[in-house]
Amino acid sequence: MKPGVVRTEALLITKEPYYEPQGDEILLFESAYRNRIPVLLKGPTGCGKTRFMEHMAWRLRRPLVTVSCHDDLTASDLVGRYLITAGDTAWVDGPLAHAVRVGGICYLDEIVEARKDTTVVIHPLADDRRVLPIEKTGEVLRAPPEFALAISYNPGYQSVLKDLKQSTRQRFVALEFDYPPADLEQRIVDRESGIGAETAAKLVRFAAMTRNLKGSGLEEGASTRLLVHAAKLMVSGISPVAACRGAVAQALTDDPEMVAAINELSASLF
Amino acid sequence: MTDLKPWTAPEWEDWLDEELDAALSLRRTSRPAAMALATLGRDRQDFARHWIAIVAKTNPELAFHFANRAAEGLRRMARDDAEAWIIQAMDVYDKMGLYPAIAALGDIETFAAAREQRSRAAALEQVGPVLELFLQGLSGRRLKLEAGDRTFNDTARIHLPASLALLPTREANLRLYKVTAAHLWAQTRFGTFPGNDPERLVNRCHAFPDATYACGLFHALETIRLDACLARELPGLHRELRTLQDRPPAPASWAPWVARLEAADATVDDSYEALAALYGEPLPAPHLYQGTLDAAAVAAALKSRLEEERTALQNALKALLGDKPPQTAAPEERRFTVHDKDAGRNDPTLLLDGQPLAVPPDVHALMRSIAQDLGEIPDEYLVPAGDGAYAAESGKKPEDVWKGTYHEEGAFLYNEWDYKRQHYRKDWCVLRELDVHPADEPFVAETLRKYAGLASRLRKTFEALRGENATQRRQKHGDDVDFDALVEGFADLRSGRELPDGLFLRNSRFARNIAVMFMVDMSGSTKGWINDAERESLVLLCEALEILGDRYAIYGFSGITRKRCEMYRVKRFEDRYDDTVRARITGIKPRDYTRMGVAIRHLCGILNGVEARTKLLVTLSDGKPDDYDGYRGEYGIEDTRQALLEAKRDGIHAFCITIDTDARDYLPHMYGAVNYAQIDDVRKLPLKISDIYRHLTS
Repeated sequence: MKPGVVRTEALLITKEPYYEPQGDEILLFESAYRNRIPVLLKGPTGCGKTRFMEHMAWRLRRPLVTVSCHDDLTASDLVGRYLITAGDTAWVDGPLAHAVRVGGICYLDEIVEARKDTTVVIHPLADDRRVLPIEKTGEVLRAPPEFALAISYNPGYQSVLKDLKQSTRQRFVALEFDYPPADLEQRIVDRESGIGAETAAKLVRFAAMTRNLKGSGLEEGASTRLLVHAAKLMVSGISPVAACRGAVAQALTDDPEMVAAINELSASLF
Repeated sequence: MTDLKPWTAPEWEDWLDEELDAALSLRRTSRPAAMALATLGRDRQDFARHWIAIVAKTNPELAFHFANRAAEGLRRMARDDAEAWIIQAMDVYDKMGLYPAIAALGDIETFAAAREQRSRAAALEQVGPVLELFLQGLSGRRLKLEAGDRTFNDTARIHLPASLALLPTREANLRLYKVTAAHLWAQTRFGTFPGNDPERLVNRCHAFPDATYACGLFHALETIRLDACLARELPGLHRELRTLQDRPPAPASWAPWVARLEAADATVDDSYEALAALYGEPLPAPHLYQGTLDAAAVAAALKSRLEEERTALQNALKALLGDKPPQTAAPEERRFTVHDKDAGRNDPTLLLDGQPLAVPPDVHALMRSIAQDLGEIPDEYLVPAGDGAYAAESGKKPEDVWKGTYHEEGAFLYNEWDYKRQHYRKDWCVLRELDVHPADEPFVAETLRKYAGLASRLRKTFEALRGENATQRRQKHGDDVDFDALVEGFADLRSGRELPDGLFLRNSRFARNIAVMFMVDMSGSTKGWINDAERESLVLLCEALEILGDRYAIYGFSGITRKRCEMYRVKRFEDRYDDTVRARITGIKPRDYTRMGVAIRHLCGILNGVEARTKLLVTLSDGKPDDYDGYRGEYGIEDTRQALLEAKRDGIHAFCITIDTDARDYLPHMYGAVNYAQIDDVRKLPLKISDIYRHLTS
């Protein structure tokens, strides 16, 4: 086994990841995939973008390579680099090159977090050329038809510094995600945690209350993911108020007043 | 005079005569005060002396009254409380003048009792921010809280008492605040005041012989209904509501009505029916948390809000139409409709000509608010405003403040530090933001020509400052192999040592993440070459800063007295350096005085709103803080120093560049020993700034 490379079989998803479609996103993704158009997922954190990707990878039976982007992510982190082994150097593919080679789905999560010069390496892959030039080895990887590229970002964090360049975004089919409607979200929370419909409904109402506070000192309201966390804690016997405090209020903000207000909201509901 | 012996009455009298000279007369001597003060112990006497002297500097008359009260006040209260008593009276003096302040001093009894109560009281000031967020979370729209004498909801604001001490512990009082606010909110949420008929409550109550009693009875019935609603929607809150107060159950004759009001589908109409049926029954004791109903206030607030929201929605629709590409249909033929897909959720969708329309969040919030008031969005609300419908814009502009009656609308209020009191004077300065009038002179071009050599040198120094790609060697991880390190490493390895782990090259770019605020002195004393120097430096700086790509803003400050502090916007952070900004720099003119503290506080507020790793506040000034109403000497310096300390606390680096040659006396005290520079030549100014830059960013 080569160092730093995850075996392709390990990237295959064998069990169906639970996913409730909010609209026609599955259809859109499938047809973009067939037409070899890369996909951009937009939406707030914790609304199901990553889960959707897992679901699609399972559906299309392709290995999924996920890269969580951060502000120190360089082009060679994606493409690959030489490593030093005993007395020699060895080329190791980065996740992107690896996905291209095996014809998998490469999913770059929170792409705007990556450095601007890094974003550019996906350009030749994201238009009709579908190639990945690797300068250091002089190789040009041609993407097989099964390869797909998907990126995600959260427009909510948009600032002057962290926005997708037009030259990047205009290569993608964009799917918009949002927190699911109340009844669907309730089903998801119930299904993921096994908490029961009634408490799940209360949690969803609680989430709506925190989303009401967005823009008044809260960057984002509670995401579906946080609700699932809170529900799981409750299932293992934590009191609802304590679960909401730990999984939601403290997770959302450090501002003591805001934490207090969110705690009051959950205490009122349960 | 020994340290421990108390002052005697004659000693007091002599001292008071001197301090309070202006407030004394033949018939009004300091003797009674002196007699009383002489009975105190020495340390209390010293405390009294200290404060009498301070108050006398503010107002001798007030000091005279204080001297007369001091003995009693000090005997009744501990030192901290007494200090709070004096400070509070001086705050009253600052805000309302002498007579209310004297009254505030006089009421020792009430003040002492209030201080004592404070241990268990909860203050709205304290819980207000949390409560407001809590209510906004519940309802999705902002409900303002207001401190007042009575507790009621007029649908626009929730009025709560400034402090609550009804229950024995502070925790219980805090809970009472929350429960009261939530209960009042429930009136809006569960339709006690349907928006389509603002006058309903007034009219209904006046239909009965005793309108006040009818209103009270209606309130009691509504409280039953709302409690049941809360029990269903917010069970946790309802539990708290129960635990606050034990109450006897409602009389038996009420039972069928109570059952009806507690039913899930009960509406305010049921309460009105119950009111008619139970009219004449004795009123039950009110709940602690129910507050009062103010029918008139509700009617007035509802009416004005409906009108406002209607105008706002119509204006928003007009703006939405303007954004759409012109179509074949003339604008007046296009129709907005609303689809309420899920009537219970108050979440209407806007349609234009039958097509769903993506509306900005603020418009959506507005629609929800209207739907919450009226149950739906009436068709007449969906007619876009015609031209000229923007009359709703407030007629009060900051620059007109001195033209008609004085107002403080749209102004910012800031505290000011009084070093003598060692306390802030609350909301002491009234600051307004104004625009610099752009001047149409070729000043910028001339400056650039005049200083062409300097400008190009500056550009070079700034280019050197710009974040460059730097390759770091011998890194554990990196983009490429560091062959030098590798060769050495292998040599090590061969000779039996360990292979070092740093064998890679790593590219890292030092991202610049700086926000700079320039605060420019526009006081009258800058008239002449100093003003020119300031403007020239600004031009050169802007040119240089554009190279760096750092965010920067320029504001001028001046003013006359605390009621008229002015900030002149030259360039905000979001403005680009364009011809307008150039014209505004040209238009910077000497104006009035130099009240620095308030300007620093305001600009720090703006800087705090900017996300940046390094924040700089650079002041260009020609001298000491100085203003017309006593803001000079030590007072001004100490306030400025305090404002700068606040800035430091917020993580803002302050730096001052001054043209005052005496500056060495006071600047180190204000800014710290290294954070200022004196300049006697304009040419040095931009270079100095690039020095500061290097210093702070490397």
